Amino acid sequence: MTDIPHRPNMGSLSGMVPDLRRNIFEPRALWNVILTGAAWIIAIIAAIPLASVLYMLFVTGGARLNWETLTELPTAGFEMGGGIGNAILGTIVMVAIASLFSIPIGILAAIFLAELAPASPIATATRFVSKVLTGFPSILAGVFSYAAVVVIMGTYSAVAGGVALAILMLPTVILTAEEAMKMVPRRMKDAALGMGCTKAQSVWLVTLPTALPSIMTGVILAVARVAGESAPLLFTALFSNYWLRNLTEPTASLSILIFNFSSMPFDNQIELAWTASLVLVLIVLTFNILSRLLGRPKV
Amino acid sequence: MKATHSFKSGGPSFAAGQSISKPPSQVERFVDRWFYRAAMVGAVLVLVLIALILWEIGGKAVPAIRDYGLAFLTKTSWNVQKQDFGILPQIWGTLYSSFLALAIGGLVGIVLAIFLTQDFLPSRVALVFRTIIEMLAAIPSVVFGLWGIFVVIPAIRPAADWLHSHFPWIPFFSSSLSGPGMMPAVLVLAIMILPTVAAISQDALHLVPFKIKEAAYGMGTTHWEAILKVLVPTAATGIFSALVLGFGRALGETMALAMLIGNSNQITLSLFSPANTLASLMASNFPEAAEVERRALMYAALVLLAITLIVNVLGTAILTRTTRRLAEK
Repeated sequence: MTDIPHRPNMGSLSGMVPDLRRNIFEPRALWNVILTGAAWIIAIIAAIPLASVLYMLFVTGGARLNWETLTELPTAGFEMGGGIGNAILGTIVMVAIASLFSIPIGILAAIFLAELAPASPIATATRFVSKVLTGFPSILAGVFSYAAVVVIMGTYSAVAGGVALAILMLPTVILTAEEAMKMVPRRMKDAALGMGCTKAQSVWLVTLPTALPSIMTGVILAVARVAGESAPLLFTALFSNYWLRNLTEPTASLSILIFNFSSMPFDNQIELAWTASLVLVLIVLTFNILSRLLGRPKV
Repeated sequence: MKATHSFKSGGPSFAAGQSISKPPSQVERFVDRWFYRAAMVGAVLVLVLIALILWEIGGKAVPAIRDYGLAFLTKTSWNVQKQDFGILPQIWGTLYSSFLALAIGGLVGIVLAIFLTQDFLPSRVALVFRTIIEMLAAIPSVVFGLWGIFVVIPAIRPAADWLHSHFPWIPFFSSSLSGPGMMPAVLVLAIMILPTVAAISQDALHLVPFKIKEAAYGMGTTHWEAILKVLVPTAATGIFSALVLGFGRALGETMALAMLIGNSNQITLSLFSPANTLASLMASNFPEAAEVERRALMYAALVLLAITLIVNVLGTAILTRTTRRLAEK
């Protein structure tokens, strides 16, 4: 403040007490206001894309969201109607295959990392590799699965797609399960060991049951992440216009359907692509919310 | 199950002077040993997996490396008929799009991280923004691609046309936006890496000890002086690793780019002309490629693998080190 109001009661002290209020027009205070305003604007701009995506999904995608779309096969070219039933089934089957591979291996590895030998060279290396793999480009998981599964089996298949997705799930499962097990209070594990439990028993009977909700959180997050993946399925599962009959043939998936239909010149296919996007986002968000509910700290 | 059982029925037995604790039996020791081995196999499998990935992709790339050599990295044509392959335009497109996306998404991500961690918002409003960021992270790449085609491209076309007709001599605006192109791809890519940058930066800012912030305010700094001169520099390495990992994500991002960038193998500074990236080259050519082209694509995959591994190892190493250092304080 430039003009300090006269306070008679303070007497001689008034000259010694500094004024702690800040003048808003002082340059540094002004900068403070400007930067805060800029931060608000940037934060609101960042919210626009999400609003726009959700609006398009519910308006354009929601228009075709009905039982027929969810259960029928896609049609070709000029034909109207059709649905995305086989793609929904294919996505679910391939995510299930990926879970089958990655969850047991991931939790075993996490047990080793968190409980059995946290500081061993193997654990340190595994932890580092898992962190690096979280940023692994998903298309390279597809390339790997193509080279390791498709070439050997001689056919594009749901299994190859599942393997590619499993690689992308694994690091999330390992890292979150390790964190979950580390959060179990030390005294509970020590109590079990003190009673004469072996390490295996303490892990199996104390650590795992206590950490289970948090482990589930990680697993569900990993499922949510891979359910929306498309790059790894491009040349492992390919696509199919028919229902899935066995696991060793090309398989449809929601994400590839969106990719394929987005470049087609027919309105019908574009509409189906939007509806498929809506279904895919709803699946992913449901899993995300589920993991949030499970992961709420209880202790 | 034995432990649980004795625990439950063990209450009264204290009086009798018996202890419920006992050394593990022979069988239990045996099970324990095998449990340890099984868990170790799980951990080792992860290492085997990364080795296998390097081996498979590297091995499949060997024939192409032998055929095309290092010239593959500097040639600009991708011609299947002539069997003439080079990936310089794709490398350029990958780096160019990722840097631009990092400039936009990184800035917004860091600002959001500051905004959410430095007491600007009541906790309920902060939760809204946090949810928005997490939902952005949850939306699949292919959905962003679809949204880019039908929303972003039409939305930025007027601005792009205006810039091109008024400033055609600026290299960034030297061509008109005819549909898919660098700019829509970069915008969508920026949105996609924003959550990564924001999340890791938030963690880095949370790690700054509270007493440092208190000390800054105690010296009479304004809110933003404390943030820009004290907090951000303290968290700088963490924020830097957020940018590196965000960059790594941008490099490997495939579907949104394959749908938006136009898949044209040219090297240009123009923001409105179509381009290509390594990942979208693979996405658009691999499914229909014949054997010869597939081998060249494997070489391209190896190059992408090398670039992303280097960036991610760097980012993870910086992050691990700073987290450890700050946690010790």
